[in-house]
Amino acid sequence: MIEAKGLTKHYGAKHAVEQLSFTVRPGFVTGFLGPNGSGKSTTMRMIMGLDSPTSGDVTVKGQHFKDLHWPLHEVGALLEAKAIHPGRSARSHLKMLAQTNHIPMARVDELLEVVGLTSVANKRAGKFSLGMGQRLGIAAALLGDPEILLFDEPVNGLDPDGIRWVRNLLKGLAREGRTVFVSSHLMSEMALTADEVIIIGKGKLISQITVEELLSQSTENFVRVRSPEAAKLKLALEKEGAVVALEDDGSLSVRGVNQVAIGELAATVPVVLHELAPQSASLEEAFMELTEDSIEYHGTTATGTNSTGAKS
Amino acid sequence: MSTVTTSNETTPAALPPGRYSFFDLVKSEWTKIRTVRSTMWTIGVTIVLGIGIGALVTAVTRAHWSGMNLGQRVSFDAPATSLVGMFIAQFAVGVLGVMVISAEYSTGTIRATFSSAPNRSKVFGAKVFVFGLLAFVVAEFTAFVAFFLGQFLLSAPATHAMLSSPGAFRAVFGGGLFVCVLGLIALGLGTIIRHTAGAISAFVAMLLILPIIVQVLPTQLSLDVRKFLPDRIGADIITTNGGVGQSFSPWMGMLILCLYAAGLLIIGNAMLESRDA
Repeated sequence: MIEAKGLTKHYGAKHAVEQLSFTVRPGFVTGFLGPNGSGKSTTMRMIMGLDSPTSGDVTVKGQHFKDLHWPLHEVGALLEAKAIHPGRSARSHLKMLAQTNHIPMARVDELLEVVGLTSVANKRAGKFSLGMGQRLGIAAALLGDPEILLFDEPVNGLDPDGIRWVRNLLKGLAREGRTVFVSSHLMSEMALTADEVIIIGKGKLISQITVEELLSQSTENFVRVRSPEAAKLKLALEKEGAVVALEDDGSLSVRGVNQVAIGELAATVPVVLHELAPQSASLEEAFMELTEDSIEYHGTTATGTNSTGAKS
Repeated sequence: MSTVTTSNETTPAALPPGRYSFFDLVKSEWTKIRTVRSTMWTIGVTIVLGIGIGALVTAVTRAHWSGMNLGQRVSFDAPATSLVGMFIAQFAVGVLGVMVISAEYSTGTIRATFSSAPNRSKVFGAKVFVFGLLAFVVAEFTAFVAFFLGQFLLSAPATHAMLSSPGAFRAVFGGGLFVCVLGLIALGLGTIIRHTAGAISAFVAMLLILPIIVQVLPTQLSLDVRKFLPDRIGADIITTNGGVGQSFSPWMGMLILCLYAAGLLIIGNAMLESRDA
């Protein structure tokens, strides 16, 4: 369990994190989602006691991180890939961490095996690729077999095989009842991994929502209806409380009632239907819609989201 | 790969009561310091230059002994001559002192360190202890070997000293201690400045530039300030044939140097506690 209450971090005039409150529960993968520069990493550093909040509070298992007796056995974190001395070997890096918390070398070697670095365990980490650095960081996070795990952008730099491995690892950890908190700026990745997402933009909480809810709540979910008597159908639907828009191509975009209700209503009016097609937004679009106003760094060639995106 | 993360065989047995100890952190810091090449390089340079330059200077002195006049022979300081290499070795120990902490910042290791042991003062204490002990052993080893080798090279008719000669033990032991304390000053600077290049520059400036600046002050003021400078304190501790100008007594100077180190380490620790990692 991770609990943030009114968590705030200002760097001079820049408000990196503003009044952020959320709860990360055990047994689930909770995604921490936001555009670049939205305050995800700062929040994670505050959870780990590395940065002190300007105001507000964050606890792990009801305690401040700094008060934990055996930190590695309670919270494991991958905060940045390749946060390793380039001259030190992977094994030595894990060893120096393990020694602080009474973790035997057998556990170090076991984890090197788990993350697939055994063959390069004694090589200088400076020669590691970003992906290998990520794997080493994941091994470090798992050292003390902790109940709470934080991963900041863990799939960066990994190949497709590695990405799938991380995805399964995170899910497996959650299934074992652990609290898994993983940040990403990629909604598509979170859609495949997370049960729930905490979405922030410009340091503020936008939403804490399950992935299913996010999909169903999206205003981009609508039913496309074609009928030769569109006007008549539109009137009837609006009487039922639906929001209906007449599109340029003559079709109707209906929001607020589902396709079953529309079909039944059409039969009672009656009007002929040529098409009755539920459209659901991709998570990517749902995410874009939520964070539209809070993207700090727009690309100059950014294109708007396609309003009638098909389900991906 | 369902439960790869929790293997019962290697899951640590019951942890000791309490929390991670200073000794746990000392073990970790020892692993850190001995698993990077910069440590081996700087220690190697300390020993080789510290001993080698002393040997070179004493050998050259011996070779020119017959050409020296009586005054030169009488004022010749055999222990100090054999220890001149310490003033080169001090830079290597200083670089190591800076890098012990600045490399943690430049590589990001500091965040892994504080994620495993969030009590920063305790981590810093362990770091100071491990580096201090290592620097002490290396510097004393260098000083004693340089002394004995130097005296051996200063064979008759040149004057040479024994460890029991007046002031000789103080010069040798003090010369080693001087380099060790300078290393702790460098560690303090590294903790405050956090950047390798910046901290090394500050360390070198303290030893080489500060004396030049003090020299251009008005004479009396210059003399008053000069004796507080680390390089003068170092010269005082290895000199056995009278002072090198207006100075503190050798051990008084060493005490002042230790206070500099303590002050910088205390400030460094306070900044470590208050700043974001």
